Amino acid sequence: MSVDEKVVRRVARLARLAIPEERLAPMAAELNGILQWVAQLDELDTNDVEPMTSVRPMPLPRRKDVVTDGFYAEDIVKNAPRTEDNYFLVPKVVE
Amino acid sequence: MSDLLKMSLVEARDGLRAKAFSSTELTRAASAAIGQARALNAFVVETPDVALDMAAASDAKLARGEGGALEGVPLGIKDLFCTKGVQTTAGSHILEGFRPPYESTITAKLWTAGGVMLGKLNMDEFAMGSSNETSYFGPAINPWRRGNSETKLVPGGSSGGSAAAVAADLCFGATATDTGGSIRQPASVTGTVGIKPTYGRCSRWGVVAFASSLDQAGPMTRSVKDCAVMLREMCGYDPKDSTSVNIEVPDFEKACDGVVKGMRIGVPREYRIDGVPEEIDALWDQGIAWLKEAGAEIVDVSLPHTKYALPAYYIVAPAEASSNLARYDGVRYGLRVEGKDLTEMYENTRAAGFGREVQRRILIGTYVLSAGYYDAYYIKAQKVRTLIAEDFRKAFEKCDALLTPASPSPAFGIGEKANDPISMYLNDVYTVTVNLAGLPGIAVPAGISRDGLPLGLQLIGRAFDEETLFRAGAAIEKAAGFTARPQKWWTA
Amino acid sequence: MSEAVKTRGKLIQGESGPWEVVIGLEVHAQVLSKAKLFSGASTEFGGAPNSHVSLVDAGMPGMLPVINDFCVEQAVRTGLGLQAQINKVSVFDRKNYFYADLPQGYQISQYKQPIVGEGEVHVDLPAGESVTVRIERLHLEQDAGKSLHDQDPHFTFVDLNRSGVALMEIVSKPDMRSADEAAAYLKKLREILRYLGTCDGNMDEGSMRADVNVSVCRVGGYEKFIETGSFEYLGTRCEIKNVNSMRFVAQAIEYESRRQVEVLESGRAIDQETRLFDNKSGVTRPMRSKEEAHDYRYFPDPDLLPLELDDAFIERIRLSLPELPDAKKARFVSQYGLSPYDATVLTAERETAEFYESVAKDRDAKAAANWVTGDFFASLNRDNKAIAESPVSAAALGELIDLIADGTISGKIAKDVFVIMYETSGMPRAIVEERGLRQVTDTGAIAKAIDDVIDSNPQKVEELLKKPKLIGWFVGEVMKRTQGKANPQAVNELLRAKLGDRIGS
Repeated sequence: MSVDEKVVRRVARLARLAIPEERLAPMAAELNGILQWVAQLDELDTNDVEPMTSVRPMPLPRRKDVVTDGFYAEDIVKNAPRTEDNYFLVPKVVE
Repeated sequence: MSDLLKMSLVEARDGLRAKAFSSTELTRAASAAIGQARALNAFVVETPDVALDMAAASDAKLARGEGGALEGVPLGIKDLFCTKGVQTTAGSHILEGFRPPYESTITAKLWTAGGVMLGKLNMDEFAMGSSNETSYFGPAINPWRRGNSETKLVPGGSSGGSAAAVAADLCFGATATDTGGSIRQPASVTGTVGIKPTYGRCSRWGVVAFASSLDQAGPMTRSVKDCAVMLREMCGYDPKDSTSVNIEVPDFEKACDGVVKGMRIGVPREYRIDGVPEEIDALWDQGIAWLKEAGAEIVDVSLPHTKYALPAYYIVAPAEASSNLARYDGVRYGLRVEGKDLTEMYENTRAAGFGREVQRRILIGTYVLSAGYYDAYYIKAQKVRTLIAEDFRKAFEKCDALLTPASPSPAFGIGEKANDPISMYLNDVYTVTVNLAGLPGIAVPAGISRDGLPLGLQLIGRAFDEETLFRAGAAIEKAAGFTARPQKWWTA
Repeated sequence: MSEAVKTRGKLIQGESGPWEVVIGLEVHAQVLSKAKLFSGASTEFGGAPNSHVSLVDAGMPGMLPVINDFCVEQAVRTGLGLQAQINKVSVFDRKNYFYADLPQGYQISQYKQPIVGEGEVHVDLPAGESVTVRIERLHLEQDAGKSLHDQDPHFTFVDLNRSGVALMEIVSKPDMRSADEAAAYLKKLREILRYLGTCDGNMDEGSMRADVNVSVCRVGGYEKFIETGSFEYLGTRCEIKNVNSMRFVAQAIEYESRRQVEVLESGRAIDQETRLFDNKSGVTRPMRSKEEAHDYRYFPDPDLLPLELDDAFIERIRLSLPELPDAKKARFVSQYGLSPYDATVLTAERETAEFYESVAKDRDAKAAANWVTGDFFASLNRDNKAIAESPVSAAALGELIDLIADGTISGKIAKDVFVIMYETSGMPRAIVEERGLRQVTDTGAIAKAIDDVIDSNPQKVEELLKKPKLIGWFVGEVMKRTQGKANPQAVNELLRAKLGDRIGS
């Protein structure tokens, strides 16, 4: 499961991180170092172990169906780099 | 004036109530000290005006004999906590300029209790680091030095700013967060006390998320009792956080009596790690001896999966982080770097906005969750978490708390470990198991290294049994008689 | 699976021979709740931009989801209505991808452990056939925001009002074999959801939309798929995203299946891809933004815990379920003696069925059905009115039927009375009294009218001997002279009594 430049490029694309060409090889090396290190886990037989699903076992709390929030569009868009009439603006998308 | 700042949080609280001094006096002194300590780079935002307004309000309440548990006490806030109208960046360029239109549950509780906000504290970017060196705003500097050496040392991380500010007497307490050791490791290397409470004790609402199943907030202070007093005000059920646990918050201060007679203290043999400096193990042995002398029963225990904790952590934490950090996309807040289309805008923004360590972890997290690798990495790591939690469960059948070192070395120099991610990750070797199992852990200063640097010990407790940690922590504190303070080299 | 399923369906005649069409639907139905799935913001349609948005919906740093109990209940209710298995433990996962209207950078959805498992829907086809479409699963998930692409030449505008609204994604198995079946399934599913009150089914406002999976295969492929469960016997499928009307679903399938046959017959292969249906041109085209291969990196949302349901919760919902369309239809046929067609029409909407039942109560059920499906529906349809907006109440229509039954008015007059009722919202008895429309049953008055007609038309009386059917003309004349109020039966009887010996045979 070795990571090469192609894999770094694919993963970076999935993560929406622009990585310059010259950084791909060093990044592949760094990721391989970490992945080889975490591969120690393969020593453990975990076939009969359940993965942890919640840190503290308790029921999922549920709220009532009541409108308690919203109606502050100005606050929602206040920090946005580009807005118009309380809409967020992004580069034109073609579907 | 600076004498005022040397008091403990409890002394300040009591003095305010006794009207020995006013909150305004304390606050002015603290703001002035912060202004003179910029060499430490502990604060990324100073809010002296906000602080004075809050102090004035506290003084008015105190004058009427009213006020909360922390009325008038100046505090520092890690920049991971969203503070209404005050820039909150998580130490990242990508959030530069972000002023949340909301207040985190924890800081809101602290303000309700009467706390006064001095400003926002430096930290590793998105809490990813053990030295504060990944902060976009430059590293916070440890007030401690190796003897007369001028080498700048790290204050630990990710809560490096919190640790530095508390150690340098810039505030009476600071909020911090701990995902793999980010409270306890900096506490250990700055001679301060820090507790990571049980997962679910403190609300995560309004705290910028790093790894949701591991993140937990806690206080950093100069004494165990201070820590207990501040933690009590931070804890409590929050219906806005689905992982918040609805359980009563005890009066932790009462637990700080240091009475450990009959308490069973476990010593996990797997925490003797090859290659760790001898002085770390020596201090640990000293701690064992102190508790034994105080009447505790020392029990040998085994946590067999300890060595797998860090690798499991470096799968789970980056996986959750890769998803938690997807929201930083240049659309709704923070940095935006334009591109020819939406995708390029995302890629440019995130490449420019995230530092190298954060990018590395996002890539690792994205990789381990991607198709074909999920079971091998993520599910495997979550199974290891189950095993680690089970180790603790078995150990706690034999003991009431565990005693371990808190950090594998004293503070190291800036840049010393920056080029080797894994050696940096090993700083959390004693602390990370606790996060994986969701347990409480406290770091208490216990001794001084050969180089004259502080070193701490860690106590680990059962879920929701912070009281035992405060009790045993107070015993260590008392036995160690740790009174050393850093030389004040930083004053402008 | 029944023999009928294997062999039914419309074949497409290609140049190289016939092809079968296989269709599966993923329907997104907005849960009828006041607040969103994981936040307290309003779900109301059409708010000012970003006004129905909480900090959670905007993906602000440090914000956390808390689930809406009612949405959970609605999902379970729907599952029970689809005769589906309810999963007592389900898990919310994050589906990670970047898009302008997805503020968190992930959608909270359910992947491996949905809240509802396998179920089924019985679908009536226009030809009187009935088929079963199997449901694979139903899960809860968040809706995304809305991107407006036509506001500016350089920018897309993003409104997050829909962001976080609860959706039920109802996934069918590939059990539909023609555009008509898919449309009928969607119609039936909508009926069930509306009966349950879990979704308003309003396709115009986007509260129900469908992703349509279409593939074509050679004749016999589907049968092999059913036998083996292996998708290799089906063709490569294309997914047509977000189709928002039943008509468009049918059109999109017609177009897409023919396109696929053309591609295959020209020797090329079908690309598994996401396509968009353009309802103006009626064609489908590849969706540009979805060209990239996806890797959603699903994992359990660490901000939430597994959702556990107890038996009492599920039973309480089961007990509160209304009678659903299939059961109601069967009951209408047996209890009221209606034709299956009338029963289907009258049970299509819960409101219709309720209206009908209150009209039919203690009355001639067939007469009631005729009135409801006849003049009543015709008037509402003409004015595009819902039953709730009808100017004629069930009580009024019932009274009208009573007036016919007790002979107060004739069926013909009743139609006129209905028009007045519809225009004025008046009650029929009052209208009949006010306007003097009461049927004349006084034989004296009728006899006088008959005598008048006979006396003034001796010629017609003569002709009656040769043309017995002319009696109808006499009836009409008598009715005219009584302004239609004469009881037609009485007129007939009296005419026959007076002219009996003159009517030829």
